[in-house]
Amino acid sequence: MSAESASLADILALSPRLGELWVYLAASPLLGLTLTLVAYQAAWWTHRKSGGSPLANPVLLAVALLVTVLTLSGTDYHTYFDGAQFVHFLLGPATVALAIPLYAQIRRVRALALPVLAGLVAGSLTAIVSAVAVGKLLGASEPTLLSLAPKSVTTPIAMGIAEGIGGIPSLTAALVIATGILGAVGARYLFDAMRVKEPAVRGLAIGVASHGIGTARAFQVSEEAGVFAALAMGLNGVLTALLVPPLAAALAG
Amino acid sequence: MIAALTQLLIFQLAGEVIARGLALPVPGPVLGMVLLFAALALRGGPSAELQQTGQGLLQHLSLLFVPAGTGVMLHLGRVADEWLPLAAALVVSTAATLAVTALTMRLLMPKPAAPEQQP
Repeated sequence: MSAESASLADILALSPRLGELWVYLAASPLLGLTLTLVAYQAAWWTHRKSGGSPLANPVLLAVALLVTVLTLSGTDYHTYFDGAQFVHFLLGPATVALAIPLYAQIRRVRALALPVLAGLVAGSLTAIVSAVAVGKLLGASEPTLLSLAPKSVTTPIAMGIAEGIGGIPSLTAALVIATGILGAVGARYLFDAMRVKEPAVRGLAIGVASHGIGTARAFQVSEEAGVFAALAMGLNGVLTALLVPPLAAALAG
Repeated sequence: MIAALTQLLIFQLAGEVIARGLALPVPGPVLGMVLLFAALALRGGPSAELQQTGQGLLQHLSLLFVPAGTGVMLHLGRVADEWLPLAAALVVSTAATLAVTALTMRLLMPKPAAPEQQP
């Protein structure tokens, strides 16, 4: 795919009229929005062709494709985001819509309230402490450590936490997305090796570790796993916001 | 679809207003989810239209993370400087979190009736 976009950039550089067209398109939100959808369609097609393999994660593939295209065409991220923000905006209503499957599965969730809460607290603490401890052990700088601490929760909460404790919010956003992709790609192999089969357990763990991207993956597997992941994502957001400020000061300092 | 989308946005807006008004550490959409859940519990479930629109949005939840994910390109330089501690921290911490959460929850799950013990 990088060969294709290289030749695209070359063609655009060759002709002055195409160059003008490019200047116009690059400044309009249409291109960023369309590129996002086209890259996602290509990623989704690859994901389907792979038989739904977690390795062919649609977020990972689409992001890799877009970063390649934007870098080769010399488009900066903010220009791209002017268009892509319309897709980004839908995260809000989609989060609200998670109430619908949650309501459909509420009896199952209520029956498992104690295991859910225990798993959530244990997982939330592990996410924060292990990320900061490993980073510190390998010599990461303090702003980086503080940006790492909230990496397992959904982007807006994580960025708010990072800002409050002296991390770098935009670095946190990148780390959050990377964590989400890692969990979505790796969870199946880890759970299979551990012989964890229950969809509720797999869903909760992926939601605690990998927030919305993990939740998206869980919904691709089953509604039950998706609901527990969505629940874990919401609850872990709140818990992490409460746990990180006191923990981070002690761990990073 | 428009009516359902309007409902979702109204709940998000209400969540946003409450979260900011009370300075809660929860983002507006998460609070909106809680409010919609309460409304569904009161009404006894979603309308067919809301069900369909919600399903449509959630089916491609992955798509919605792509614009933010592409923001990684802003940090390629910074990440290159500290790639080893960052990569190790993310991989170890994500695996540990998955394992600890799953094991803790499984430990406390009610045991399913073992088939051998049934007559």
